[in-house]
Amino acid sequence: MIPRLLDAGDSALSVQFGDRIDAELSVRVLALDAALAADPLPGITETVPTYRALMIHYDPLRLPRAALVAHVTGALSAGVRPADDGRLWTVPACCAPEMAEDLPHVAATTGLSPARVLDLFLAATYRVAMYGFAPGWAYLSGLDPALGLPRRASPRDRIPGGALIIAGGQAIVAGPAMPSGWHILGRTPEAMFAPARTPPFLLQPGDRLRLDAVDAATFATLQARVATGETVARRSA
Amino acid sequence: MLRVLRAGPLTTVQDAGRHGLMRFGITPAGPMDWIAFATASQLLAAPPDAAAVEIGPSGLTIRAEAPQRLAIAAPGFRVIRDGTPLPSRVALTLRRGQIIDITPGPFGVWGYLALPGGIDAPVVMGSRATHQRSGLGRALAAGDALSGCGPDRGPDTGPDIALIPPACPDAPIRLLRGPQDDHFAPDVHDLLAAASWRIGRKSDRMAWRLEGPSLPAVKGHDIVSDGIPMGAIQVPGDGQPLCLMADRQPTGGYPKIACVITADLPRLAQSRPGETVRFTPVTHDEATTALRGARQWLADLPRHRRFLRLP
Repeated sequence: MIPRLLDAGDSALSVQFGDRIDAELSVRVLALDAALAADPLPGITETVPTYRALMIHYDPLRLPRAALVAHVTGALSAGVRPADDGRLWTVPACCAPEMAEDLPHVAATTGLSPARVLDLFLAATYRVAMYGFAPGWAYLSGLDPALGLPRRASPRDRIPGGALIIAGGQAIVAGPAMPSGWHILGRTPEAMFAPARTPPFLLQPGDRLRLDAVDAATFATLQARVATGETVARRSA
Repeated sequence: MLRVLRAGPLTTVQDAGRHGLMRFGITPAGPMDWIAFATASQLLAAPPDAAAVEIGPSGLTIRAEAPQRLAIAAPGFRVIRDGTPLPSRVALTLRRGQIIDITPGPFGVWGYLALPGGIDAPVVMGSRATHQRSGLGRALAAGDALSGCGPDRGPDTGPDIALIPPACPDAPIRLLRGPQDDHFAPDVHDLLAAASWRIGRKSDRMAWRLEGPSLPAVKGHDIVSDGIPMGAIQVPGDGQPLCLMADRQPTGGYPKIACVITADLPRLAQSRPGETVRFTPVTHDEATTALRGARQWLADLPRHRRFLRLP
């Protein structure tokens, strides 16, 4: 399918690859994002990938709309290659009962045993499809379809920073604590967003990640190390 | 150095915005009225990305603790220095102890106060822009000190300058249809352009709420999230549109029927809650021409100055 190029005002163009959440669409979005970053066009001010679209913010007086459209069309017809598999992170994840408070509900709703839910959740390789909602909240593709369920009927006022949450067939590694209606299956001690760290964001859109199960004692140890500014997620590619 | 004696609740330090980080979920923030913001910096020949104080709807009162050059661009506000009314766009040097009181006037919501070199404030992720929801900076409060950046040149004793106000046409605010225009029937687009929209009382730096007829989406009010530019008019399930402004989230899942053109964002932002506005669709070429005109007006700003001798 040929992506649609839609104006979002006079200074943004949305390249829409589809209208659903789909890992294949996300890979194409990230591939165009990477292609534009590799061949930067003056006048593009920033790009924002989402699950199914890439928004290109630009200055229409430096970069006429027609020139941007020609550049994007060229990049798309050159057969944008899927982004190389990029960086692979191993992120510690604690799914002990006190950190996975929605595990019983997710198991009951999906008809799976709690152990099976965690097996599926921890076995997947995820990709950061986009950030959204709040700083450092990384939206992942790659959740096992068996773990699809709607949001909670009533959102929680606050879920902890680093929470691993699922809803609507998506998974998120939470940045700082926020209200949320998603289901909590665990927590990472790693800081997704630390304003004083360089770089402030651990994961780039397009990065892949695996979850490495740790027990509550290890979580506490790692969390203490993160508090001193250390990065405990490991980059293996 | 200036001391804040009184600051309204939405008064914050803003620069041109924390750009380039929307892909990480970071809101750009920046000025609500980019033209008035640039005007204040321009009056002092400060860099275009220098930080200024964005004066909220209830104004600001400051006192000079030492001689201080400053510029104000607060169209529609009352600007009074020790009892003497000043133009609402002005550059001058305050003597120690002088007080400027900026209060709401006949129109306008946002004003800007600039200092030589830009307001000094902590740089976080490349910007001094305040975004309270993310915990980046805070609203100014009585007692805060304001000083300029850069080399200490001592008080600049440049001339008093006033700006000839630009025409402020009461024409409809121009918008471009889309990106989700196909979620709305043609008669709903007609309604957006025909109706008169009241700015809602709960409007803030995140969104200007538009109260008027309901705008139903034939394809539903949920979309898979997409990026959001400033000025996007999104329509959630209750059919009441919101125009997303400087403190918007970078992505969102409501259909956007249209986007306000960049040149007209200041006029919308300066329309007060309770006032009404109208919209009219234009083409991308018309939007670009209007933007060129607005930037040219700023570039020509030195020609619009007149030198004053304030009492």
